[in-house]
Amino acid sequence: MSKTHEQAVPVSDALEQSITVNGEARSFAGGSVADLLRNLGLHPRLIVVEHNRSILDREQFETTPVQSGDVFELVHFVGGG
Amino acid sequence: MATTIVPMLEDRPLEIAGRTFRSRLILGTGKYRNNEEMVRAIEAADVEMVTVAVRRVNLDRKQEEGILYHLDPARIFLLPNTAGCYTADEAIRYARLGRAAGLNDWVKLEVIGDQRTLLPDVAATIEAAKVLVSEGFKVMAYTNDDLITALRLEDAGCVAVMPLASPIGSGLGLVNPYFIREIKSRLSCPVLVDAGVGTASDACLTMEQGVDGILMNTAVAEAADAVAMARAMRLAIEAGRLAYRAGRMPRREIAVPSSPTGGMLG
Repeated sequence: MSKTHEQAVPVSDALEQSITVNGEARSFAGGSVADLLRNLGLHPRLIVVEHNRSILDREQFETTPVQSGDVFELVHFVGGG
Repeated sequence: MATTIVPMLEDRPLEIAGRTFRSRLILGTGKYRNNEEMVRAIEAADVEMVTVAVRRVNLDRKQEEGILYHLDPARIFLLPNTAGCYTADEAIRYARLGRAAGLNDWVKLEVIGDQRTLLPDVAATIEAAKVLVSEGFKVMAYTNDDLITALRLEDAGCVAVMPLASPIGSGLGLVNPYFIREIKSRLSCPVLVDAGVGTASDACLTMEQGVDGILMNTAVAEAADAVAMARAMRLAIEAGRLAYRAGRMPRREIAVPSSPTGGMLG
C-alpha cells in the first residue's frame, strides 16, 4: 500500500487515511505503524501500541500497515502511585 | 547480649514472588514538583521498587514526560499500576499495556469504586486478580483493610496483598491498626500497607504492626521538602520494623517505677 502511494500519488491526495490516535482524529499519509510513530516523533522502544484494542508487539510495528478507520492508543509510563 | 543484638539487626530481606528487596519502602513516582526532585527523593529513600502509571502519550508535547527518560529500569524495579481504573476490564487492559512495555510481568492492581474516597471496588479487584493471575501476572493487589477480601485476594494467587492505612492521598495515617495486624497474622503472602501514610510517625506505627512494607507517594511528594521526607520515611520504616521485631513492652494502666523500690533511706 505504501509503495503505491510513494510512486504515484502526491502526498495529501486521496490516499490520506483517517485514523484515531489517542482519541483524536488524524490523517496519515500511509505506511506501517513504525512509520506512524516516526511521523509523530515517538521512540518505539518507549511506547506501547494498542491497535484496534489489541496490543501490538514491537516486532510487528514495521510489518503492520495502518488502515483507514484504525484506532490507536499510544501509551507510556508516567509518574504514578 | 551481643549474640542477640547482632541477629536482631540483620533482618531478612523482603521477598515477593521469589524476588528479594533490601528496602521495605516502595515509592510512588506521581505528583513531584519536577522529575529531578522525584529522582532525588528515590535516592534519599534508598528504595529498589517504585510504581509507575500507564497513560496516553501527549502528542502535542515532547515525550520526555515519559518516566523512562528519568529512571533506569536496570537500576530500579518499575511496578506498573492500574491507578484510575474503575472496572475489572479496564484494570486488566491497563495491566496488559504495562506488561507490553517489556520490563516485567508484575502489576499493582487497583480498581477504584468511588471517586470521593478512592476506596477500592473489592469485588472487581478480586475478579481482575483472578484473570491477571491466570495470564501469568504477578499481582500485588491494593485493597481496603478488610480481612475477608485480603484472604480472597491471597486465594486468587496474588503475590502480595496491600491494604490501605487510610484513603489514597489523605495523609490520615493508620486508622485501623487492629485490622492491619489481623490481616498480617492471617495471610501467608507479604502484606504491604498502601496509601494513607502522612508523615514518618505514621510509617513507623504502621511497621510496628508487623507488616512487610509500605507503599507511599503523596506523603513524600507533597512534603515541603520531598527529599528530606523521603529520607525520614526510610528511617521511620527501619525504626518501626526493628521495634516490631524487638517486641514492645506491654501497655499498663498504672505506673511501674524504673528505679529500685528497696534501698531507700530510713
